[in-house]
Amino acid sequence: MNGAHDLGGMHGFGPIDPEANEPVFHHEWEKRAFALTLACGALGQWNIDMSRYARELMEPGEYLTTSYYEHWLFGLELLLKERGMVTEEEIAAREAEILSGDKA
Amino acid sequence: MPHDHDHDHPDGQPLSPTELRVRALESLLTEKGLVDPAALDVLIETYETKVGPRNGAQVVAKAWSDPDFKKWLLEDATEAIASLGFSGRQGEHMVVLENTPDVHNMVVCTLCSCYPWPVLGLPPVWYKSAPYRARAVNDPRGVLDEFGVELPESTEIRVWDSTAEIRYLVLPMRPAGTEEMDEDALADLVTRDSMIGTGVALSPGEKR
Repeated sequence: MNGAHDLGGMHGFGPIDPEANEPVFHHEWEKRAFALTLACGALGQWNIDMSRYARELMEPGEYLTTSYYEHWLFGLELLLKERGMVTEEEIAAREAEILSGDKA
Repeated sequence: MPHDHDHDHPDGQPLSPTELRVRALESLLTEKGLVDPAALDVLIETYETKVGPRNGAQVVAKAWSDPDFKKWLLEDATEAIASLGFSGRQGEHMVVLENTPDVHNMVVCTLCSCYPWPVLGLPPVWYKSAPYRARAVNDPRGVLDEFGVELPESTEIRVWDSTAEIRYLVLPMRPAGTEEMDEDALADLVTRDSMIGTGVALSPGEKR
């Protein structure tokens, strides 16, 4: 499937701008999203190609304006929801509980 | 480490939508018994402190020092690298590309972020970024120029696009003036970028 992820040879993205002495992760949530993705992958419900495909299903405009671990999070949520392992309703309810202080 | 990471935001700021989302997901998956937060901590610590480009530097230094190992590495990189204890996730099928005065190899993953984790750790942001993925394949010399690498016009540049299966490690050229150095000293000259092909190995005395 082609799409926004198929970036080879595309023009207009400007300089690469590498960061000196870059940390492995830039935010706490990136660490958790990374580890959640690996741990859920180890459950054996999908393979690496399926997880990459899930990330590629992100809407193209969103794909190009979000960070790498946001792609991972999108893919992980999609794979989990497709299999009924979590639902959008559960996630929304848990977010509300965290915000109200009812859950950590 | 206690699991206070998912309670208070370090500087007391409200959670961003993404932070909230990740926290909710971890909370739910933990409650359902699908993940264990302590196991997540171990994964994070592993990739923050244990698996990184120092591993690859050892591979390169050994190849520079031991002709038999180098031959093995170029023939069967996966096995040769595993003999040093580096194997597993995202490095199951390794290929090593040797740089010479005539050929400079450079690695990209245009579609995503495929990268040889056991020897280089997790990829830097620029490797996963749109500009690198877009330009590595149609403007490699311009990309190298941005990384401060100047090669003779006569040097052919080969760009390798990684796949989910095959991961590449560049074997940079051994710098001049290193004949007397042992493997540990040589490994200090091997930068991460020199093993991606967006850099060259340091010369003795040159600062990283």
